[in-house]
Amino acid sequence: MRQDLTQILSWIKSGSRVLDLGCGDGEFLDELEKKSAIQGVGIEINQEDILLAIRRGISVIQQDVDEGLSNFPDLSFDTVVMAHAIQVVHFPDKVLMEMLRIGKEGIVTFPNFGHWRCRIYLAFRGGMPVSRFLPYDWYNTPNIHFCTVKDFEKLCAARHITIKSKSMIGGGKLSSFFSAIWPNLFAITAIYRLSA
Amino acid sequence: MVEILKTSSVGIVKPQAAKFEGPLNLECGFTLDSFELVYETYGRLNKNRSNAVLICHALSGNHHAAGFHNEDDKRAGWWDEYIGPGKPIDTEKFYVVSLNNLGGCHGSTGPISENPTTLKPWGNNFPSIRVKDWVETQARLADRLEIDSWAAVIGGSLGGMQVMQWAIDHPSRIRNAVVIASALKLSAQNIAFNEIARQAIRADPKFAGGNYLSMKSIPEEGLALARMIGHVTYLSDDAMALKFGRELRSGSFDSNFSDGIEFQVESYLKYQGKRFSGQFDANSYILMTRALDFFDLARNYNDNAVEAFSVAECKFLVVSFTTDWRFSPSRSQEIVEALIAAKKNVTYMEIKADEGHDAFLLPIPRYFQTISAYMKGIETN
Repeated sequence: MRQDLTQILSWIKSGSRVLDLGCGDGEFLDELEKKSAIQGVGIEINQEDILLAIRRGISVIQQDVDEGLSNFPDLSFDTVVMAHAIQVVHFPDKVLMEMLRIGKEGIVTFPNFGHWRCRIYLAFRGGMPVSRFLPYDWYNTPNIHFCTVKDFEKLCAARHITIKSKSMIGGGKLSSFFSAIWPNLFAITAIYRLSA
Repeated sequence: MVEILKTSSVGIVKPQAAKFEGPLNLECGFTLDSFELVYETYGRLNKNRSNAVLICHALSGNHHAAGFHNEDDKRAGWWDEYIGPGKPIDTEKFYVVSLNNLGGCHGSTGPISENPTTLKPWGNNFPSIRVKDWVETQARLADRLEIDSWAAVIGGSLGGMQVMQWAIDHPSRIRNAVVIASALKLSAQNIAFNEIARQAIRADPKFAGGNYLSMKSIPEEGLALARMIGHVTYLSDDAMALKFGRELRSGSFDSNFSDGIEFQVESYLKYQGKRFSGQFDANSYILMTRALDFFDLARNYNDNAVEAFSVAECKFLVVSFTTDWRFSPSRSQEIVEALIAAKKNVTYMEIKADEGHDAFLLPIPRYFQTISAYMKGIETN
């Protein structure tokens, strides 16, 4: 299981109602439902993924997050999760606010674009970073809103969003150590637990 | 019977009849002392009696959903693509029950049946039937078949309305609700189309105020016209353009005479209308369209669909089709929205299809996969 998902799991109470924005094939909700008795609902736009989620027995709604979430009432979920999806939406700030309207708590994970590899790539190669984890070119990438750990926290402050806890994932033991003290440079994935 | 289909077909099926004595109090206030339902079953009921699936038919459907009635039968049941061994509603796994609804004209008690009091056909005196009444009669059929709870109740359009009614009228007797191309209630436009269809029937002199059976006449032209109107609304603009375009069936614009000119679409509609008028009863058609018009899931729940759904215990699959303008995706989204607010487990899929409302009957790959994936996930032990 992905490291970020393990961290999220530890933040979700048993019996919670969880909304997963961009749930993909439902892997995370499936794990969550197996490990702690939660009621999960996923939102996904890709029908191939939705079919895989249905096969897992996950409840998933075909919906484009970019077209809004107004069909979800205020505080209708305990937790709203968006794992590795904030960089693909058109208005990350609006989605964040919607997450915290619908859920009592929001959990967001994203790839940190301030990681030293990205910086070196851009500094020395002079092009947008392409890697094993981010295999796209600038013109065909679904990732249209990359941000750094610093950028994200700036947004939270500007929107008066409370950061309840955060966790940074580095590549190995050593970089995890560094990412804890200097996240903007060493974290590969950032995980935030938020409330309004 | 087409040879190639034999492997994945339920084969030859025989309709059965169940007679129910004892009063049935209808929503309209009328009481039927007894009634009969005609139904077919496909597959085997398992030991725990937990693998039963109920199919609810739409406006012009009937009990014959799958298989063939005899060796020479050229037409399979109306949803044969979806029901059978290895098909989305897999008869190797499920025991499928499909009935003709009360008020229908294919064997179940309805306007063409004999009224026990007058010993004449009911005709237009047959009581008005609501979706809730159908669910009640279907529950009695379930009792008769000793099915405590359905693994799934499935229906499209008017059938989908029955499925939703099941979920709130008998929450403990339905584990999965599959609601396809349906709505919480009809729109004004939808009721308008139904009324035009009814007026077409009533305007036929052979309708004789609904008394045509005792006059030994049949309002074929009115019924055909009603069907033609309906048929246009079940298709999309694009589907009709693709299927017929402006192709001529006969005649030509080259000559000075425009008399013999007939477009393909005209010929098609006439054929559909004629075929239907030979198979369906006019009073039944009026009754079914009325049931559609009157349906409003939330009416008894302070006009609040969330409150209506709050009693439901089952999981839901809701499916809509992009070009369906009679039961558009936004109608299905209303269902989904109410289910979310009622904190129910709901899955929603909007299928890209050119065929309009008719799509719900057709083997469209993505739709096929959706039903198949969902049905595979249902536990029957």
